[in-house]
Amino acid sequence: MADLFIGDDIADEIETAAVKAAIGVPTAVVRETERLVYGGANRRHDHRHLLLPALHGLQNAKGWISPGGLNHVCELLQVPPAEAYGVATFYEMFRLDEPDHPSEVAHVTHVCVDAACQIAANEELIAELESNGEHVHRSPCLGQCERAPAQFRQGIGRPDSVPADAVEVARQIPQQGDPSLRLLRNVGVVDPTSLDAYRANGGYLALAKAIEMGPAEVCTAVADSGLSGRGGAAFPTGVKWRAVAAERGRPKHVVANCDESEPGTFKDRIVMEQDPFAVIESLTLAGFATGAENGWIYIRGEYPLATARLENAVIQAREAGLLGDDAAGSGHHFDIEIRRGAGAYICGEETALFASLEGFRGEPRSKPPFPTTHGLFREPTAINNPETLINTLGIVLHGAEDYRSRGTERSPGTKLLCVSGRVSEPGLYEVEFGTTLGQVLDLAGPLTGSGTLAAVLMGGAAGSFVGPDALDMPLTLEDTRERGTTLGSGVVMAFTDEIDMTGVLVRIAEFFKNESCGQCVPCRVGTVRQHETMVQIQAKGSLSAQRRSLVDDIAEVMVDASICGLGHTAASAVNSAMDLGLLSKSNGEGPQFRERS
Amino acid sequence: MTVTEVSVNLTINGQAVSVPEGTSIHKACESAGIETPTLCWAENLTPVNVCRVCVVEVEGSRALVPSCARAVEDEMVVQTDSPRVRHSRKMVLEFLGSSVDLSQATELAEWMRHYGADPDRYDQPGLVAERISEEPKIQDDLYIRDYDKCVLCYKCVEACGDDAQHTYAIAVSGRGFDARISTEFDTVLPDSACVYCGNCIGVCPTGAIQFKTEFDMRAAGEWRPDEQDVTTTVCSFCGVGCNLELHTQDDRIVKVTSPADHSVTHGHLCIKGRFGWQYVQPPTRK
Repeated sequence: MADLFIGDDIADEIETAAVKAAIGVPTAVVRETERLVYGGANRRHDHRHLLLPALHGLQNAKGWISPGGLNHVCELLQVPPAEAYGVATFYEMFRLDEPDHPSEVAHVTHVCVDAACQIAANEELIAELESNGEHVHRSPCLGQCERAPAQFRQGIGRPDSVPADAVEVARQIPQQGDPSLRLLRNVGVVDPTSLDAYRANGGYLALAKAIEMGPAEVCTAVADSGLSGRGGAAFPTGVKWRAVAAERGRPKHVVANCDESEPGTFKDRIVMEQDPFAVIESLTLAGFATGAENGWIYIRGEYPLATARLENAVIQAREAGLLGDDAAGSGHHFDIEIRRGAGAYICGEETALFASLEGFRGEPRSKPPFPTTHGLFREPTAINNPETLINTLGIVLHGAEDYRSRGTERSPGTKLLCVSGRVSEPGLYEVEFGTTLGQVLDLAGPLTGSGTLAAVLMGGAAGSFVGPDALDMPLTLEDTRERGTTLGSGVVMAFTDEIDMTGVLVRIAEFFKNESCGQCVPCRVGTVRQHETMVQIQAKGSLSAQRRSLVDDIAEVMVDASICGLGHTAASAVNSAMDLGLLSKSNGEGPQFRERS
Repeated sequence: MTVTEVSVNLTINGQAVSVPEGTSIHKACESAGIETPTLCWAENLTPVNVCRVCVVEVEGSRALVPSCARAVEDEMVVQTDSPRVRHSRKMVLEFLGSSVDLSQATELAEWMRHYGADPDRYDQPGLVAERISEEPKIQDDLYIRDYDKCVLCYKCVEACGDDAQHTYAIAVSGRGFDARISTEFDTVLPDSACVYCGNCIGVCPTGAIQFKTEFDMRAAGEWRPDEQDVTTTVCSFCGVGCNLELHTQDDRIVKVTSPADHSVTHGHLCIKGRFGWQYVQPPTRK
């Protein structure tokens, strides 16, 4: 692309070495004639998907992305600098100015400021770190709610790390070793770094059986099982897989959506850290069932241990012939590439994830067309999260009927729940669909502190609050929907009446304001206006009549006219808290902020 | 070769409409005589459907859909004036009006009146609604960028990139309310990839990007659109045959555009056609 304009700043040796280590040296170069004929639109087929890994390399090497470093990457990948700058500024983990704080030599410390950590004295941790001379970056949910307050160290010239990763597994999965577990049966029991250990415990039997059954029969089993997506939207997995399987004549992809960032959610992190081979096996199985040759793992950047375990699993699987040409003797080529996100909640939205992986800003796309026909690189794609994927192993191995023997008719199987907040045994729990909310909270032990239960946040920041009267609610897709709430990504966060709920809600509103990608007007401005409303409640203890009339107006346009699920759900938790009177309770007054509809 | 055109039959506001397959809902509305407000949509650009002011209600769809980007389907039932549609359009206009300077977005003003949008209701005692707050970027003699007026419709980015110029001097940077159109590291335009085709000016709906002449005249209180003439002519610089629209005030050229439906330019020009008119009126030839 001889006509690509690149400025005068040049990269130093550290930067060029870091980029080379991250992405190698791309060889194919677009010929000038191609560029003239096809213009820029064709660029996406080349190396642009290496942009994110290259930016990670630069950020890690120097603690920031310098103009020279950016230019170097742009020249290698033939990406216009303005676009690369637009991509780099999209992510929380990248900075475009030189760090000047004396503590930011070896790492940058991130401390979570979202709900679970907010009510677990995160401010005390921040104060302590700062008094030790650390510069603290206040971060959105780090996905470690069971061990709040959460910390993450973004390395400079060294790998990223999470101090709490030293904690033993049993603290994260109180049910560890329970023989009735399906999804968590390997967790804490099987060495997560050893393929041999995984196979010795039944690993890769499901893939072998799938190959025997053939793709069509696998899709049938998954469809008959009634498995639905565990990210929140609950789309039937069998329908998705069959749609991709039916596509012919174009490259196809299966993507593991490991960008778990919903505040309160940490289930996929623990699965990836403690049972990474199950994620690799099930993604391979998905590739076989759908006829996709390309597997991708897009994992959030704040999960260094999960990333390392998955990388190790991919390497071992490849060496054992379970990936690559004739993967696992299937006669089918399948391999997996791992990509790290860089701190953007929106990239958990499937189309935003595709854009991010392709090297563009993580902005959601309009649906239709859907990913099954226009997914990654606009090619047919099945995208599932780890929890959904690992469910398919049991379905293939033991059959749909066995799978349906647990759970309810409309919500078959088991569900991973991320229990956090004011409970004495926070952690990841696997329960049958239909278990009541009260039973789940009982599993997690008595409430902590001296208060009584005031509310439970279901489904995360994009979910909604329920009151103590909902303890009898069976946790199924249908019952939660009927009661006006959601299972979402499996968040169950307990709040007691000694917690300042207004503070929690101000932060939830701030979260959406910060995480909106900014593409569509309803969400870009609506989340700002919603936050202003919450700040006013906090400051004055009540809402002015004028502002109160705006609450529903703002929520309605975000639900109706936003492009993606972020905008659609941004008002959900805040409005449910108002409906429950949680805000009025906390400021000692009794007025309803909003008429119940 | 003959191409058989397949028709799609749908209902818009209870009215039966038949349009060729692949037509957008927006175009179908137009063919039925129904006007739709648009902001990020333009005849000569690929729809990005980000402003959401053109949303309509489609039966069976949970959320409203952007009419500019969604193709019609057989038996689709569309409402363009339902309470939900009116509410969303009004709110989008209010959100924009409460956060950026729309004083030069003349078309929007009419739609704001139509939908009863009141951007001022977000300000109240003790609470000033957050606005985009930017100073104009004046970095050369040809055009200015005043992001205080930017609604982030992406049109300039598209015109600079894939849809016209393929220069990629500007892109969206940042995120959320802090997202801005920017060069890399906010480099000044003369040091960026910009080739001064001015196609970003041509597509900007709010005056956020405008000719320096217009900007200066407005600042001096001398900008009088009502007294301007528009003369269509052919650019004299090369043989391509681009149509120019010369906007003149007091017999002096104050800006240059090209018709979006012109078969040669599709509304886009190069630096010569857009800015190369100083020789007609050197300061000495008043």
